[in-house]
Amino acid sequence: MQGRTIKLIVNGKLYELMVGYHVQPWHTLAFTLREKLGLTGTKVGCDRGECGACTVLIDGRPALSCITLTVECDGKRIETIEGLHNPMTGGLHPLQEAFIECGGFQCGFCTPGAIMMAKALLEENPSPSLDDIREAMSGVLCRCTGYIPIFKSIIEASRKMKKGGGCREL
Amino acid sequence: MYKPLPEFEYYRPRTLKEALELLDRYKEGAKILAGGTDLLVKMKKGLLKPHVIIDISLIDDLKFIGESDGSLVIGATTTLSDVESSDLVRKKAPVLAEAVAEMGSLQVRNRGTIGGNLCNASPAADTAPPLLVLDAQCEIMSSKERRLIHIQDFFVGPGLTILKPEEMLTRIFVPISAAKRGMSFIKLGRRNAFTLSVVSAACAVKVNETGEIEDVKLALGAVAPTPIRVREVEEKLKGIRITEKASIEKVLEGVKDVVKPISDVRASATYRREMSYVIARRSLEMAIKRCLDRS
Repeated sequence: MQGRTIKLIVNGKLYELMVGYHVQPWHTLAFTLREKLGLTGTKVGCDRGECGACTVLIDGRPALSCITLTVECDGKRIETIEGLHNPMTGGLHPLQEAFIECGGFQCGFCTPGAIMMAKALLEENPSPSLDDIREAMSGVLCRCTGYIPIFKSIIEASRKMKKGGGCREL
Repeated sequence: MYKPLPEFEYYRPRTLKEALELLDRYKEGAKILAGGTDLLVKMKKGLLKPHVIIDISLIDDLKFIGESDGSLVIGATTTLSDVESSDLVRKKAPVLAEAVAEMGSLQVRNRGTIGGNLCNASPAADTAPPLLVLDAQCEIMSSKERRLIHIQDFFVGPGLTILKPEEMLTRIFVPISAAKRGMSFIKLGRRNAFTLSVVSAACAVKVNETGEIEDVKLALGAVAPTPIRVREVEEKLKGIRITEKASIEKVLEGVKDVVKPISDVRASATYRREMSYVIARRSLEMAIKRCLDRS
């Protein structure tokens, strides 16, 4: 595959990467995002698909970038934490605001992964139940918050994003 | 910070024919990549160092769920997410959807595939017990031949399948039964989510009008070198009235003599042996309840 060019659309921007030059077949998506594209918002926790810190959206669906090869993503749409804010106004995404307001992070290491997971959840289910949130977030491990502040942040974000959103249970 | 992957040559065939030709060429030197949730993890741990990776995720013929001749047909590279959310699977093989829903995490299920789970052949593979009680068939192809084998013959040992180096699992056939069966899958892990099975059980049962177990199929995972059907126990359960709990439990205790668990980082052999009975019993009870709810 050396010499072939792959196309990654990251946060709406097209990157053309030549295999063997910009990127190798054995480079993971997490590695490429961080080391080649300078998008260090995506974190590498365990680097073996067990913690969820590296979660990004591939064609809208959450996936673990540490166990995805860059070359597998040819032609795919990748969304990372850097793509959430409004590029015109600089304003934060409701999820980012909610995590700040509700104390949804402490060390912040799992946070980009958690927010990307939550974004996918709210896009599919704008008014999730607490069980829906727990189910969705079970793929991102957090050692700091005990998860409740994360759930509260997601509920608050759903309120911001949808009139009538939010969850009665918390 | 990063666990580097070993270097390899990467191919991404767009047709099954191309993929099989590549397998013919490289045989044991190549590994198949579908979702990567097992392969890449093993490579990062240094357990596998293939010279060649054949990425089959773009082959349309392998990624689908359909129905044909009274069977549910699932392509090997169908993601676990798609299996779990499929109306066809939920209706015709609900025990498979139930098992898949508890596998890994959502991120893992979005990439991991049903074929990958089977070919990785962990004794704890969660798609195996459901497919065993469903009497699924595996279609295996090489560039020269095609064969169909029963899922119970697919697994040969821990991490080992019947696949020859030039062969690939292509489709899984699940016979759709008209019988009003109740089915269930119970998973015991070290925690409630994002965990490997310590013991798992799948059960399909038919209770007749007089309240006797007419037919039962019971499969266990993570308690033997491969996922297993416990046919000896199935035979002894037939004919017992579902109200005779003591008799049923006595027969089920027999699973403890059939399983061959090992002690590993997740659990001791003793614990697995004890739990094989508990999880099998819970699975049978749930399957019976669902069978009664259906009638």
